[in-house]
Amino acid sequence: MNAAKKLASACALAAFVTTPALAGPDDDNLMINDEINMVTETAAPAHLQDVLDTIYSGWRFRTDETQALQIDDFENPAMIFVDQALDLFNTVDGTEGKSCASCHENGPEQFAGLSASMPKVIDGKLTTMEDLLNGHRAAAMGAEPWKWSGANMQAMVALIGLQSRGMPMDVAIDGEAAPFWEKGKEMYYTRYGQLELSCANCHEDSYGMMIRADHLSQGQINGFPTYRLKQAKLISRHNRFRGCIRDTRAHTFAEGSDEFRALELYVASRSNGLSVETPAVRQ
Amino acid sequence: MASGVKPRVKVPKKASAGDTITIKTLISHKMESGQRKDKSGNVIPRSIINRFTCEFNGETVIDVNIEPAISTNPFFEFEAKVPESGEFVFTWYDDDGDVYTTSKKIEAS
Repeated sequence: MNAAKKLASACALAAFVTTPALAGPDDDNLMINDEINMVTETAAPAHLQDVLDTIYSGWRFRTDETQALQIDDFENPAMIFVDQALDLFNTVDGTEGKSCASCHENGPEQFAGLSASMPKVIDGKLTTMEDLLNGHRAAAMGAEPWKWSGANMQAMVALIGLQSRGMPMDVAIDGEAAPFWEKGKEMYYTRYGQLELSCANCHEDSYGMMIRADHLSQGQINGFPTYRLKQAKLISRHNRFRGCIRDTRAHTFAEGSDEFRALELYVASRSNGLSVETPAVRQ
Repeated sequence: MASGVKPRVKVPKKASAGDTITIKTLISHKMESGQRKDKSGNVIPRSIINRFTCEFNGETVIDVNIEPAISTNPFFEFEAKVPESGEFVFTWYDDDGDVYTTSKKIEAS
């Protein structure tokens, strides 16, 4: 090897070594409790193939320390809330003197697979898990509705979501869902706020890069409700949307608004194929 | 008794005699520090777990004094040598006088 080549390869090596370790997703494999192997990387669903080749779970963008919290249920702080929801499931509430378990005798396990297909259109209305829970509370139990991002609500959403953990996300985007999906897609690509940022600017064009101290993921919602370390509680999908839009310095939409329902459907459809990770742990 | 308190412990069921094992413990507790005020400006009284101990066959493995700066749902992970079969006993002492106890047996071969 001549001197010039040697120098070139040394430069190449130096460039390789100094490349920031956080460019793109890492190569870790997510196996929960040594038994559930999760899909954290897969081919993008058909509707994304013009813009993305591969979709990655947000887990792949987190530090090793944060990732470790999701590998073992004992260390997953969200499981405390799941336990509380299990108690709630059996607690009588409302004027009818019923608990969830009064009707759903087989326990939360019977909802395996449900969360993987939510949100979906029911009776012409785009329906999220929160809508289903409050609907049943009102109709069957005569109970007061829970607040969208309230502790009880998100704990129960997490408990139902946990039953689908490991199953691939699979929300319908055609038929009755199509108009809602189109609306969500339009929102995803609309620039909001003084900073004029759309969801796509960060989570499609720039994932893997740093936005100040944060390692940008693709913004997948297959792990929601998610335990966020900085808030020390379960965070709803709509809370996360609100936070992102607020950070663009825009007036944001309300949690539980039709806008966020449509956005939830569209963003969920971008996760189609990834494993449901509920409840995930993030920074 | 503070509400929603539930101890959780993870100990391997089996080990070789003389092995060092990892023990993980978690107790759900609101751990009110005594530094916060409610909406009308009154101090919310301190209510924390102030001591955590672990014993193996009567011998102390760990004994921790806990102060108000510790987080909600305190999590402790530590190692212990298992010389023989026996039982780990875990005890949490609440400010209000309650004591929460749980135990786990381990088989040493």
